[in-house]
Amino acid sequence: MINLIWLLLLVTGIVYAGVQGRIDVVTQSAISGAEGAVTLSLKLIGVMCLWLGIMKIAERAGILRLLARLLSPLICFLFPSVPKTHPAMGAIIMTLSANMLGMGNAVTPLGIKAMQALQQLNAKKDTASDAMCTLLALCTAGFTLIPATIIAIRSAAGSVNPTEIVGATLIVSFMATVSVIIADRICRTIYYVRIRR
Amino acid sequence: MFTELCEQLSVWAIPAILLIVPVIGYFRRVNVYETFVDGATEGFYTAIRIMPFLVAMMVSINIFRASGALDVCIEYAKPMLTLLGVPPDVVPLAIMRPLSGTGSLGLATELLNTHGPDSMVGRIASTMLGSTDTTFYILTVYFGAVGISKPRYSVGVGLLGDMIGFLGSIYICQQLFK
Repeated sequence: MINLIWLLLLVTGIVYAGVQGRIDVVTQSAISGAEGAVTLSLKLIGVMCLWLGIMKIAERAGILRLLARLLSPLICFLFPSVPKTHPAMGAIIMTLSANMLGMGNAVTPLGIKAMQALQQLNAKKDTASDAMCTLLALCTAGFTLIPATIIAIRSAAGSVNPTEIVGATLIVSFMATVSVIIADRICRTIYYVRIRR
Repeated sequence: MFTELCEQLSVWAIPAILLIVPVIGYFRRVNVYETFVDGATEGFYTAIRIMPFLVAMMVSINIFRASGALDVCIEYAKPMLTLLGVPPDVVPLAIMRPLSGTGSLGLATELLNTHGPDSMVGRIASTMLGSTDTTFYILTVYFGAVGISKPRYSVGVGLLGDMIGFLGSIYICQQLFK
């Protein structure tokens, strides 16, 4: 599916620009996109180093193991394929908590760390495992307690009450999270039924 | 009161973690400095590893946007979405949200400035931005970092979450702020 989406974006963009007689835009935007991606990755190096450094300390100090034990009922329900004592547990918890606290840039390094831990458990290294799909679904639904960026741009735009939308974002992201968990389970079941045939 | 609490919590979250984790580590006899550097080294290689995936994704999204194809999609989607009760002004944001984080932040800021942050459109835009995430960015970066090329059904599930987020934002805002 990702191959198709990628190709579709590329082909429709180029063909449409050609039809409109603005084919020069394609070259320009391709190059600026590529450069933008590199700038973004370079910016990410800093936060990646910072948070993975802190994570390593948390791991060696046993903080992650403690968190994993405290929250294990919830995480075991969400990720039944991950063994209780596996380090992936702690990494998943850190990712989800950073997401909830609206920690922005810190979420990406933690999420990647969790994916790497899950990859150790994955039998087929090029295919996403069940647990990986669940983690991705949870992250894309982005359950956030404090949407810090939005509060900031609202007060920058001169809102009388910048945080009044917090209640709404809580309800909506909770709804989205519950629906992706359900959709993830349904898709997983269908996937295995299809494979067995 | 609630406003202040939220603001304080978001201001303190990161400094608190930066303080608490190394202090606990030190008392549990971890070589905090060396351990930090160990982890940071991993971070460096991970950031480099995701670069080609980001290039691929951002090139195609950028071409799609700059060519005007995105605007055409929005034009075609508008009448259909208006039927569902979606305010036409937030449609571009809904389509941009899963594709580009900076793009949707820019669109939302523009909406807040033209309609006012306390208007219905402003509130809906804020809620949409706050309750969903950039699905394609997350997909590219998270799976790219571990070399997953077959994401199975997760693209569909992610996009479904976005859709629920958009429709939910509109519905909930219309219920909460009458």
